[in-house]
Amino acid sequence: MNLSSFSGLVFEDRVHRSIYTDPTIFEIEMMRVFGAVWVYLAHESQVPKPDDYITARLGLRPIIVVRDSQGRLRALYNRCTHRGARICREAKGSARTFQCAYHGWTYFNTGKLRGVPWPEGYACDFEDPKFNLAQVPRVESYRGFIFGTLNRDAPPLRDYLGGITRPIDEWLDRHPGGKVEVREANRLKFKGNWKLAYDNACDGYHVVFSHRSLLEMENRLETDPNKGMSFYKGKPDEAAMYLRYFGNGHHFKDKRPNVEKRPGALWEMEAAHPGMEHFESRIKKLLTEEKALRALDLAASEPVNINVFPNLSILGNHIQVIQPLAVDETETAWYATAVVDEANALGGAADAVNALRMRTQEAFPNFGEVDDAANFEEIQKGLAACEDEWVYMHRGLGIPGRVVREADGTLRAPATDEVFMREHMKEWKRLMSSTPAIEVAR
Amino acid sequence: MIDERFYEGLVRDFSRWGDPTADRDLRDKATSLLLAEARLLDQGRFEDWLGLYSAECVYWVPATPGGDPRREVAVAFDDRRRLEDRIYRLRTGSAWSQVPASRTAHLVSNVEVFENRMVRATFLVSEWRAGEMQLWSGWYGYRLRDDGGLKIEVKQVNLLDCDQSLRNPSIVL
Repeated sequence: MNLSSFSGLVFEDRVHRSIYTDPTIFEIEMMRVFGAVWVYLAHESQVPKPDDYITARLGLRPIIVVRDSQGRLRALYNRCTHRGARICREAKGSARTFQCAYHGWTYFNTGKLRGVPWPEGYACDFEDPKFNLAQVPRVESYRGFIFGTLNRDAPPLRDYLGGITRPIDEWLDRHPGGKVEVREANRLKFKGNWKLAYDNACDGYHVVFSHRSLLEMENRLETDPNKGMSFYKGKPDEAAMYLRYFGNGHHFKDKRPNVEKRPGALWEMEAAHPGMEHFESRIKKLLTEEKALRALDLAASEPVNINVFPNLSILGNHIQVIQPLAVDETETAWYATAVVDEANALGGAADAVNALRMRTQEAFPNFGEVDDAANFEEIQKGLAACEDEWVYMHRGLGIPGRVVREADGTLRAPATDEVFMREHMKEWKRLMSSTPAIEVAR
Repeated sequence: MIDERFYEGLVRDFSRWGDPTADRDLRDKATSLLLAEARLLDQGRFEDWLGLYSAECVYWVPATPGGDPRREVAVAFDDRRRLEDRIYRLRTGSAWSQVPASRTAHLVSNVEVFENRMVRATFLVSEWRAGEMQLWSGWYGYRLRDDGGLKIEVKQVNLLDCDQSLRNPSIVL
């Protein structure tokens, strides 16, 4: 295979099976995709105070995202400079220094080497920065979302995100103070390539088939079935929802136009959840009617899919992180988010909103994502058929007027179109065909 | 009813395990109940299985050791209505994570009883599905009720790897 060109693997209507199955292509992706763009690492609410840290990965690179003692966000390589062992074994915590358990080399949480045992046995100068921990040279955050890139030539984060910041802003601004707090996650892994999850992130075509059991379950007690994602039934391409491609691989499915614009309309679409009746009445006792309905809407799943290439999806109230583990194994962590109400805009109802919001957020991982993951695994198994080379993504292609380029340069299409997939695959091909200027700082 | 008091009692009861009691009669009855539950799950008799639970009940699989359901999502937190949802979904024939359905063997052991009809046991669930085996292990915490017959009011499933990524967590543990 000629690895300087991936043009034979990605066409407008289809991609080659090997981009999901070939270990060599996967290794190159970890350099040319995950090494080239801004990759989501963690959320600032996971490291709120100086010295707080959480471990993550950038592609396969083990990373410690830390707010150093001076308050600066860094992404340190979790790798001892001496012999290569991980220096941090905990998932999260607070530490001013990290000490390697092998020979005791110790580093400040800025990455600088603090000291080594018996330095008199060395002839070198340990002030040489080459002995400091490697770290991601560029770490920036956008409204709490921390990204890092190894690429010296990457544009500023804000430029990389481009227009996708608009739905992110709207998603945040519906919360008090315009922010959320990240809580624990529903973590699901599947034996399949990471792109299967990203390809699905805006897919409106699969919903009524893949999630038929969920739709039936949520409406099992309804005379007029309108709970959950019922708006996909009938003719979803004629519904008010739509999808938009922003460039750089980012896309957005906006299902909000399906919901009536009045307080409480979103909450009414929620199916039954544990504790629903009690906490709803509690919130209605605490607040005036309109405020109560607005508070309940915060416990309901926001009808958006905001996908930031290559590894972040804001879905409902979740922050989903797509983490490649191997060419055929992927973890998806569905981080729950909670309302934080420092200014008491919710009149003391924040705890009740969160108690509800934890239950509403468990529903999709339990009754929806498991079915997606099972389908992704079936794709990976099916792609073992090596002579049957192509995977199609041509829904909507060639139908006049279906995909519209708008004045701002974005593409807008009906909800079941696969244009978003075709576009992020173009971007994937572009990235895979170039060599990023990867560097680490020390 | 799932309200603040219920949650508070749940977190309290499942975080303070003292020493087991010597109540052999309760231990025998609890063991029978747990073994019946394991068998009914392995047989896929979910409606009969739910019959072992009290009218108001919770099935809880924390996503962190211990876990506080008021503040955290769980791997699963089902009240009776959601358990009925869960069974309904499995019965639709289009819950693709369970098509074909898993074959399971629930092994339950180390049963001990505590004050207030709290019970602990160790479990190992072997699962075969779509050509592969996987294991789920940890310990169960139960809060039982006796309304003229012993029923399960709360079942807490403490997976050893509760805070790690799980592959197809769609069976009842």
